[in-house]
Amino acid sequence: MIRRMGRWASARRATWWLTLGVAFVPWWGAAHVYGATNFDLEDRVREIASELRCVVCQNLSVADSPSDLAKEMRNLVRELVRQGKSREEISAYFVSRYGEYVLLSPPKRGFNLLVWGLPFLAIAVGGGAVYLVARRWTEQAPAHRPAIDPAYADRVQRELKDREQQ
Amino acid sequence: MISTLGHFVLFLALGMSLYAAAAAIYGARAGREDWLGSSRNAVLVNLCLVTLAMFLLEYALIASDFSIRYVANNSTRGSLTRYKIAGLWGSLEGSILLWAWLQSLFSALVVARYTDRHRAVMPYVQAVLQGICAFFLLVMTFAANPFAPAFPVPPDGRGLNPLLEVTDMLVHPLLLYLGYVGFSVPFAFAMAALITGRLSEEWLKNTRRWTIVAWLFLTGGIFYGGWWSYRTLGWGGYWAWDPVENASFMPWLTATAFIHSVMIQERKRMLKVWNLVLITLTFSLVIFGTFLTRSGILGSVHAFAEGPVGMIFLGFLALVLLFSLGLIAYRSDRLKGHGELDSVVSRESAFLLNNVILIGICFTVFLGTIFPLLTEAIRGTKISVGMPYFNRVSVPLGMALLLLMGIGPLIAWGRASLNNLRRNFLKPTVVAAAGAALLWALGVRQAEALLAFFCCFFVIGTIVLEFWTSTRARAAATGEGFLQAFAALLLRTRRRYGGLIVHLGVVIAIIGIAVSSVYKVEHEVTLKPKERLEIGPYTVQFNDLQAGERPTHILVWANLTVLKGNTALTELHPGQRFYPNQQTPFASVDARYHWSEDLYAILSTFERDGSSATIKVMINPMMAWIWIGGGVILLGVLVAVLPERRLAMLTVRAKTQPA
Amino acid sequence: MTWKKLLIPLASVPIILLLAYGFRTDPKAIPSPLVQKSAPDFRLKAFDGGEVSLADLKGKPLVLNFWASWCYPACYEEAPLLEATWKRHKDQGLMMVGVDIQDTEANAREFLQRFGFTFPNAPDPGSKVSIDYGVYGVPETYFIDRQGRIAYKHVGALTPALLEAQVQSLLKGK
Repeated sequence: MIRRMGRWASARRATWWLTLGVAFVPWWGAAHVYGATNFDLEDRVREIASELRCVVCQNLSVADSPSDLAKEMRNLVRELVRQGKSREEISAYFVSRYGEYVLLSPPKRGFNLLVWGLPFLAIAVGGGAVYLVARRWTEQAPAHRPAIDPAYADRVQRELKDREQQ
Repeated sequence: MISTLGHFVLFLALGMSLYAAAAAIYGARAGREDWLGSSRNAVLVNLCLVTLAMFLLEYALIASDFSIRYVANNSTRGSLTRYKIAGLWGSLEGSILLWAWLQSLFSALVVARYTDRHRAVMPYVQAVLQGICAFFLLVMTFAANPFAPAFPVPPDGRGLNPLLEVTDMLVHPLLLYLGYVGFSVPFAFAMAALITGRLSEEWLKNTRRWTIVAWLFLTGGIFYGGWWSYRTLGWGGYWAWDPVENASFMPWLTATAFIHSVMIQERKRMLKVWNLVLITLTFSLVIFGTFLTRSGILGSVHAFAEGPVGMIFLGFLALVLLFSLGLIAYRSDRLKGHGELDSVVSRESAFLLNNVILIGICFTVFLGTIFPLLTEAIRGTKISVGMPYFNRVSVPLGMALLLLMGIGPLIAWGRASLNNLRRNFLKPTVVAAAGAALLWALGVRQAEALLAFFCCFFVIGTIVLEFWTSTRARAAATGEGFLQAFAALLLRTRRRYGGLIVHLGVVIAIIGIAVSSVYKVEHEVTLKPKERLEIGPYTVQFNDLQAGERPTHILVWANLTVLKGNTALTELHPGQRFYPNQQTPFASVDARYHWSEDLYAILSTFERDGSSATIKVMINPMMAWIWIGGGVILLGVLVAVLPERRLAMLTVRAKTQPA
Repeated sequence: MTWKKLLIPLASVPIILLLAYGFRTDPKAIPSPLVQKSAPDFRLKAFDGGEVSLADLKGKPLVLNFWASWCYPACYEEAPLLEATWKRHKDQGLMMVGVDIQDTEANAREFLQRFGFTFPNAPDPGSKVSIDYGVYGVPETYFIDRQGRIAYKHVGALTPALLEAQVQSLLKGK
């Protein structure tokens, strides 16, 4: 019995590590995507231009849009980058003329934190709910079961699996 | 004449569908078989009437009868016949007619097929399906009449938007609508189950194939839309997180969650409420999608029109949500499942986690889509929530889902032991790590790319391993050859292996998405004739600029020669199309599509005298893999839903062949 | 059915209400951050050869209209209005300037000739002025008061009542 519980405990621990890995690794990767800075001029221009809305298009960025005005805005961004302006300063330049609407993703402050934070909060809450539900279901399972030799149980599982495939 | 006749036919069809719904309900409650029979006939008559209306409008389009305003707005005398046909769904009124026709066709098919098998619930299924059909007919009869006359009759029509006069227009909307309307069938069965209180798993089994086929069409429609976008729109991308694109993606997410979690309900009779909520959400999101497209409250490339139609759709959405959620709440006591699990670590938990992530992505997309509206309501300012936001938030979630796709199928139902985990995951993890290491050695340094590849290799590893071990076990047990064992495996347990093939397709598409976005190379250069630009291994030479008249527009294009090293590879002719009654020109991109990478050229701006042209060239590596992945998904679904009888015959034939 | 269960369907009500609110908003009307601020300076070469600049017009109320020849039908609807208003109020000290954006010279001159504009109109090379004024599309009109502040920005074609009211308010102002 104790040996069986030991097996469950290590399976559970393995799951925890696995879950943490599943959760952590994408975060780390995503952080790397957006933490990198580019020093090549054109790359920098494209990076900044991709955060600005092409004002004459529907939902395209200044970097992607094929329109004439977008090309001129890209030229303007290039000039501002050459003058040594930072990304924030260039954003502020356009926002002071066009309003917040020209930023293609909402700046992370104030009310906008809702749209940045709620998705991850929702996942966390959902994950927690799944854990609680799974635990409840585990507890609902009949508590009295004869102890099964785990090696035997594995063999049964394997044979069942093979049979399932036939 | 067609105008009044068509409108009248729609009016009749509306009456017929209302009768079919009401008579079915009355017949079921009063136990009157004659009323039920009559209501079934009404379903058929309704189908005939709506089909007649379709024919009338198509006839008017093909004959260029401009006395009907819709024909004048969506076709011209000079259009090719197939675009006249496609003009039927070119804008609002006609697209609703197409939807109504598909809805009425599907309800007739369902009634014909299932009436004998499920007598108790069918009247309500029929009532719900006919009710939905009646709604669309109502919209057309009173608010968006496709047969409205034109005064005065114009000599020629305005024509479809030039972007839509392509063969893609014949495919994309149909695929999407087949998906959208297809989801109404499991929804109707779910509602019927709730109304009648017959809450056993019958309704799942009845509609499993419908749901998967509808999912297939929706997936096909989304992939096709991306492919169309990429080849035509001229910005080199395939998905812009436009509100209407999001509106097609959200039901896809909930439908995918539904397809997975019903497997738990089938085996363990758990999650009944959740599954009903999922199918309700799926159908509601479908209606939300049509609402967004037709109401004009969010600006979009796809938006049709504004006007009272939007309010009517919102009313219908409210009705659907309140009615279905109300029913679920009403029956919730009887829906409590008896869930039993031996361990928190089990396939059930993996499926639940899958649901959480899929719904999480759906929630994110929904939030991002309506957040500008919410901000305006609360703060009074307008903001944008666009591509950078959606990409940033969905990438981590997508990667988590990817990992789960590899882990899920390998954990046992009920419980997973450490041995189980170790045996199943060790090899794929090793493969994935080796693959990532190999890529590192080959020069891939970006962390997110390595990460995505690790996850992709892991999933591919699990799928391949699964196929390999099972095939080997079967071959050993039955003495068949390897290939025969593999085929038999596919055909016998097609649900599992069809599903694995679908997962494989998804991974291939994700590899395509990841590589093409991380390794995209872009150059925009202004060139004079004979000047060249270098991009990657290619040299692109701008030869000259030409202009020519086409039947419907003026085309200006640049002649480019593409060289690799010193050998001429191909010629590209990106251009711009100038239409007489359009404000801005439409890009006409040209590209060399190849399984390894696409070389894509756009003509940005040019001097009228041809002295210079600004060309934007991009290399999109492995872009084709996205579309290939879509094809593999299609294959997997076909394997999963092939009918049993045919399969049994095939396996018998396989067995009688010498090993 | 207990009240707790009612929460399930009622949860959808806030979303429906938000979507209904959407009907009251216009996705194309984007508020400008420049209203009540100093109008950005500009210096352009007009179609008739002269120079127009904001600095020269100091002290006079200005109607600054952005248009394009491809902007159909809105610019075509408001053009006669603008010319009529100009003729009516130019002796009262009103100034009017039109800026043609994203256009070709030939088409622009055709537009000018068609509507017989007698107030200065200039193209905007490099779109510098339209970017400085945060122009999202055409037509857009800025009403600038005597102190060089933008009093009001109108998006879309002007109506006679609105144009007249704004002009009167500019002329009355200090």
